[in-house]
Amino acid sequence: MTNTTNKKTGISRRSLLKTGAAAVGFAAGSGAITGFPTIWAQSNITLRQFGTGVSNLNAIADKCKADLGITLEMTATDSDAAAQRAVTQPDSYDIADIEYWIAKKVYPTGVMQPMDVKKLKYYDKIVPLFITGKLTPDSVIAQGTAPHTVGFVEAQDSKTFAKEPTQWMTMVPTIYNADTLGIRPDLVGRDITTWADIMDPAFKGKAAILNIPSIGIMDAAMIMEAMGNIKYADKGNMTKEEIDKTIDFLIKAKQDGQFRAFWKSFDESVNLMASGEVVIQSMWSPAVAAVRSKGIACKYQPLKEGYRSWGGGLGLAAHLKGAELDAAYEYINWYLSGWVGAYLNRQGYYSAAMDTAKQFMSEDEWGYWVDGKPAKGDILAPDGKVMEKAGAVRDGGSFVERMGKVACWNSVMDEDRYMVKRWNEFIAA
Amino acid sequence: MTVALNQPATVAATKPARRRRFSVAALAPYLQATPLALILGAFLLLPILMIVVVSFWDYDFAAMYPDFLTTNYADTLGSWVTWKTYLNTLKYAGVVWALTLIIGFWVAYFLAFHIRTTAMQMVLFLVCTVPFLTSNIIRMISWIPVLGRNGLVNSTLVQLRLIPKPIEWLLYSEFAVVLAMVHLYTLFMVTPIFNTLMRIDKSLIEAARDAGASGWQVLWNVILPLAKPGMAIGTIFVVTLVMADFSTVQVMSGGQSASVALMMKNQMSLLQYPAAAANAVVLLVLVLLMVAGILRIVDIRKEL
Repeated sequence: MTNTTNKKTGISRRSLLKTGAAAVGFAAGSGAITGFPTIWAQSNITLRQFGTGVSNLNAIADKCKADLGITLEMTATDSDAAAQRAVTQPDSYDIADIEYWIAKKVYPTGVMQPMDVKKLKYYDKIVPLFITGKLTPDSVIAQGTAPHTVGFVEAQDSKTFAKEPTQWMTMVPTIYNADTLGIRPDLVGRDITTWADIMDPAFKGKAAILNIPSIGIMDAAMIMEAMGNIKYADKGNMTKEEIDKTIDFLIKAKQDGQFRAFWKSFDESVNLMASGEVVIQSMWSPAVAAVRSKGIACKYQPLKEGYRSWGGGLGLAAHLKGAELDAAYEYINWYLSGWVGAYLNRQGYYSAAMDTAKQFMSEDEWGYWVDGKPAKGDILAPDGKVMEKAGAVRDGGSFVERMGKVACWNSVMDEDRYMVKRWNEFIAA
Repeated sequence: MTVALNQPATVAATKPARRRRFSVAALAPYLQATPLALILGAFLLLPILMIVVVSFWDYDFAAMYPDFLTTNYADTLGSWVTWKTYLNTLKYAGVVWALTLIIGFWVAYFLAFHIRTTAMQMVLFLVCTVPFLTSNIIRMISWIPVLGRNGLVNSTLVQLRLIPKPIEWLLYSEFAVVLAMVHLYTLFMVTPIFNTLMRIDKSLIEAARDAGASGWQVLWNVILPLAKPGMAIGTIFVVTLVMADFSTVQVMSGGQSASVALMMKNQMSLLQYPAAAANAVVLLVLVLLMVAGILRIVDIRKEL
């Protein structure tokens, strides 16, 4: 029964993200210039940004118009369509807001230009995870398409990624997070500590994983390795045998009835969890928040093997030059200057330059979202709704605890096509 | 049609003076057919032609490359996943067809022969269409809170102590898929059958009774044969709808079951358009063969 009554709230967050992008063009176009207009206000510069929707937020475009006078036209697509558009219609956008694994496919085709780090005002403030791959000097570099491996090129006109940080940055990170399993603490009946727990016979028919091949295979890899079935050389770039082994294992688990469902969309995952059909499953952090906002216990459970992480960034189209290029730099510098970072941090994501974001967040907000401290007062969502009551502690703890335990980044495999083919077999089996 | 075409042609050859009549008479049917031909050509034939063309193209993650490759077909037809998925889809089509036919005929028969006044028949028929005032997706998703582990059916049965614990196979199972499809598509069977039943001359039934036929014999020997065209039309509706369905299978099986259209949708979401196009062509050929088979068994035009 919970489903029907809660359906609306379940999708509200997502629809905020998605419809936001559509409304942006109109809202930004009609909005009067307020705040502190700079030179851009007179020249009426418009930047066309397209991307995967997570960071295509209405509020950011409005604020950008108000602060810089730059009109942002945003278009949201899913990640595969974003990759295609980036390559095949390079003149249709000025700024690409894409994930790092997409950049790995797209950048070498020559449709983007690198950014001069000397022109990036807050380059030094960018979290070292995106520069050296290490959050703290003694961190271990995660598997998969780690952002720093595709973050720089050798020279301005080079299309090969540099091994070390250079003057030429391919993308400025915008938004990233660490994903893990979501659980219903009231229904699992025991401590969940490892990815392998999703295969516990006790949860037969009550587990789910997501049916998006490129991400689902990673969750499966985390599970396989946690169970001790296999040791991958690189989970983010499996060999054919590794793919076969992983998929065969999934097929067997499916036929044994371990899974209740495979979800494809955000609200499906929310409903599965909220209705109690599933007690442990792959999940995204806003989905956990959505379940909790219905008053149902849901935990984004940290696991000992670590997180599967993802991240996106802003890149410049190759055709940008002159005033438009300057405006794009201005926009990116503004993006890193703190307001956007604070906005994203408050949604449970992380921003690229944490230090600048801190200035735009209250001490309590910073303590809850970033330092992993108990909230002193109620934690509000950007739309003013209470997200967490006073006293709550963020699952997984602080920024360093969460992002310091990334085991693997979302990635694109060399054997991508083979993997998708086998994944379809798993779903059909 | 043939007369209009052929006759003036021969006449024109012998008597050039009558050419004017030839042009008007011959052009009229063409002109009459033009609007439909244009619409069907632009919005049906052309897209299908494009699908066929694209199905031979090469592709990578970013773009499609014009080519003439048969690999898309080889991949599609050579994989056991395809065969299993087609079998699964055909199974759904078969089960749903049988159930909708029985239920549809039952409802139509009741409406046509047990309701006395035409006004009441129309009212009840409109009642059948009421669920169609909401969207397909809503009607399908509404089953989830009914069938779920903590849903209406399970919680009622558990509270009545009829079952010790919730029945798992009610939702996210093949049962759920078939149930939702039958719910969604039965009206497509009711409407054409009801239509043919209404056209049956009542005197035929009286004649059968006068000749001493029992109720069952009337049903079996008079009504059923005359209802065949309606059943055939309903069958075409239901079979094509089920063969092309992806959302019902995806939602009601919780992603656990595959259908042909779902397979195509997966390929398209990964931008593998040529592979999806090859799949679409195979499905189109199969469905056309099925429709041709139905039309061979029942001549819709003759019996209408």
